[in-house]
Amino acid sequence: MTPLIETRGVSKHYGAFRALDDISIAVRAGEFVSIVGPNGAGKTTLVNLLTGLLVPTNGEVYFKGENIAGVGPVALATRGMARTFQLVQIFPQLTVAETIGAAVVTHQGKQWRLLSPLLADEAISARVAEIAGIFGLEQRLATLSRLLSQGEKKLLDVASAFALQPQVILLDEPTSGVSTAEKHTVMKTLVGAARAAGVDAIILVEHDMDLVASYSHRIIALSEGKVLADLPPDAFFADPAIIETVVGKRRGH
Amino acid sequence: MRRAPSVILIVAAVVALGLVPVLAPPFYANLLVPFYGYAIALLGFNLLFGYGGLLSFGHAMFLGLGAYGAAVIAGVWGIKEFEIVLIGAALAGLVVALPLGWLVVRYTGIFFGMLTLAFGMLTHSVLFKFYHLTGGDSGMRVPRMRLLGLEFAAYNKIELMAGPFYYYCLALMLIAAFLMWRIVHSPFGLHLRSLRDNAQKALYLGVRVHQFRLAAFVISAIYGAIGGAILGFRTGLADPELVYWTHSGHLVFMTVLGGFSSFLGPIIGALALTLLQDQLQSYTQYWRFVLGAILALVVIFLPRGLAGLAADVGSFLSSPRRRPGPVQLPEHSQPGVLGPGLRRDDVA
Repeated sequence: MTPLIETRGVSKHYGAFRALDDISIAVRAGEFVSIVGPNGAGKTTLVNLLTGLLVPTNGEVYFKGENIAGVGPVALATRGMARTFQLVQIFPQLTVAETIGAAVVTHQGKQWRLLSPLLADEAISARVAEIAGIFGLEQRLATLSRLLSQGEKKLLDVASAFALQPQVILLDEPTSGVSTAEKHTVMKTLVGAARAAGVDAIILVEHDMDLVASYSHRIIALSEGKVLADLPPDAFFADPAIIETVVGKRRGH
Repeated sequence: MRRAPSVILIVAAVVALGLVPVLAPPFYANLLVPFYGYAIALLGFNLLFGYGGLLSFGHAMFLGLGAYGAAVIAGVWGIKEFEIVLIGAALAGLVVALPLGWLVVRYTGIFFGMLTLAFGMLTHSVLFKFYHLTGGDSGMRVPRMRLLGLEFAAYNKIELMAGPFYYYCLALMLIAAFLMWRIVHSPFGLHLRSLRDNAQKALYLGVRVHQFRLAAFVISAIYGAIGGAILGFRTGLADPELVYWTHSGHLVFMTVLGGFSSFLGPIIGALALTLLQDQLQSYTQYWRFVLGAILALVVIFLPRGLAGLAADVGSFLSSPRRRPGPVQLPEHSQPGVLGPGLRRDDVA
């Protein structure tokens, strides 16, 4: 089966600094793949390459068989890839319904309707209500985003990405800023929502090995811009050398 | 709940404006004609600023474009149908704003402001220096035109302005406001507001940031040119002062005074400044000083402008706090966040 996302020999250099060096990975439909690694390992650069934001110095990035190097986030959003950010991203002055609505408008291709009333569009409002329901935000539809609690902002950020009805979703540290007690709840909501929304593959970028171990089918470890390991969780955690490199001093936290 | 009183207020305001030529001396109707020109221009200006987050300091160039367009179409070419002049002005706005916008919407914040200021100054220099084409500092005459094919030969200029042209402009403003209302409440309007709030997040939701900023820029230019054509007809002149940067500042002033975070704010600001300026000029030659002080006070104490003040007064009057019983705050409210200076509210 053709992978949904694939990189072939991808490198990204900033002058003499090699942020990524000869990375070849693939994510197939149905997979939950985690990307881990210490700070500075190149995770963010890889995410930016996978989402078409950066152009690789060498190599190619394929999404559904198409080379997407540098096509940009807008093109990918309409082709079926969505992402969330480590730092929660909201539209402060938009309500919850409007935030989800912005993505629904994109997905339904209605962004150039200059004179048709948004509120009268039942296809949009129905989809907004559906997505809000999946994330438990249905009571907050009329609330301004900046008045939400931190946890709700996070959910809204992810909900709006899901509203694009993506095939692949890239979650960049979705539980950062969420308390230890809540992180499993948030992850369960996200994974459940992904299933409900019909997402084919999830890519998780995460520091928290506990979460990575609980949800991944496969773990890709980066270290100093190279792929250190690409293994199922059992094999991954069975190798002390890998754990030492990836987790380092974090062990025991 | 909020909608019904707003609609009644708007209808009352339109009726009151409609009665001005009947009840007040012609001076006041004549005074309000530029208000309509500014109101239309500012409806467009605020699509860019209030809804798109781009503050232009050169927007007066589009008003100038409309006025000079009227001078060329009616004066030089002799086509004295105001409707054709309006279409011509709108087309001129479109043609100029497309390439200019393509360049400037790549920048935001102060860079966008400075670039638009620079292009405004450039336009002013061109109009000022190309004497043989534009009449230099004496400008170009805008002749009297027909309205809907009617000559109104029995009316002198004041009577025309205070009568038929007054109602013509009122109708034009209502149409412009209705169309703009539809635009800001459309899916396009939602995407525009989303990119204003967070362009990066908007990109990842598939919002075509540059294209939408360009569309808002072009629409605002068309509105500006139509407003400028009205100003040109009213004064009978298109002169370089129209595009000078202080005139762009005037547009910003009116928008901030009225409140850029509400749909009607710019119209309220245009009306308030038109009346205020008239009053101040009759009292003191230092009226600019007083206007400056008022602007400073508005920015400090009424950041949402007169429209925001009106909304606050309205919600205070209908607030449950005035009735006995415990205060009911929304569940997620925080005192600082819900303070009057920060709460956003689309009037109407």
